[in-house]
Amino acid sequence: MNLTEETLPRDNGELVFDAPWEARALAVAVALVEKLDLPWDAFRQRLMRAIADDPDRPYYESWGVALESLVIELDLATHDALDDATPSERAPL
Amino acid sequence: MTTTHHHHHPEELAPIEARVAAIEAVLVEKGIVDVEAIDAIVRNFEDNLGPMNGAKVVARAWTDPDYKARLLQDGTAAIADLGFGGPEGDHMVVVENTPDVHNLVVCTLCSCYPWPVLGLPPKWYKAPAYRSRAVREPRALLAEMGTVVPDDVEIRVWDSSAEIRYLVLPMRPDGTDAMTDDELANIVTRDSMIGVERL
Repeated sequence: MNLTEETLPRDNGELVFDAPWEARALAVAVALVEKLDLPWDAFRQRLMRAIADDPDRPYYESWGVALESLVIELDLATHDALDDATPSERAPL
Repeated sequence: MTTTHHHHHPEELAPIEARVAAIEAVLVEKGIVDVEAIDAIVRNFEDNLGPMNGAKVVARAWTDPDYKARLLQDGTAAIADLGFGGPEGDHMVVVENTPDVHNLVVCTLCSCYPWPVLGLPPKWYKAPAYRSRAVREPRALLAEMGTVVPDDVEIRVWDSSAEIRYLVLPMRPDGTDAMTDDELANIVTRDSMIGVERL
């Protein structure tokens, strides 16, 4: 994590992320799609489903759910591996 | 995993935050993505992508009829001429406001948005209320957002599909004939390029 609240992207002065993890979630998805040379639609279809599954869930939480489903589908990680890698506290900035 | 998380303590790690950190960590450990690439993408959004890019496109279209014609015919290529492109900008379609037509952009299913020219979408663009009402009752929605579109002006709603990202070309305001491109770009707002504002 190299972001602080002060450096979060602002769009015409309006914060577009509520928290740094949202920026990470977005950037990881973009990096993954670019690296694997996938069409962006491979991610977008999952995002659409994640939003449709739970329309009231915050946007970037659906984004994270979509990202996890893509990673699992591509056999890049298992749920167990992600469980093991899930931190219990925030890494120091 | 709970989906309703309340931030009683800012330092508390939300389940989704922890999960995203785990996904990043696993992908980095496997060498699939690297931290520098992810940092670079975040910085690109911070520093290079935003409505200032779209504003330059609009200003150029206002002052250069040939450019405007190319922009309306092949948005992606004309936008690339000004140096803007990349993810979520590969199939750009520019729709022109006229005295008779007002254009409004929405993505009903997932909040697609033309990143190269507008950056990341504002929160209201992603909200279920905007996404559903923009299609169902655009005139009422716009009025509530402070934009009254005259009754004799048709409202066209453009729902971003799998590939296409839309950008509204607003009408050039009266009294701006003496302005330079830079000055014109400064009066073009993000909201006017989504179509929720009229300049």
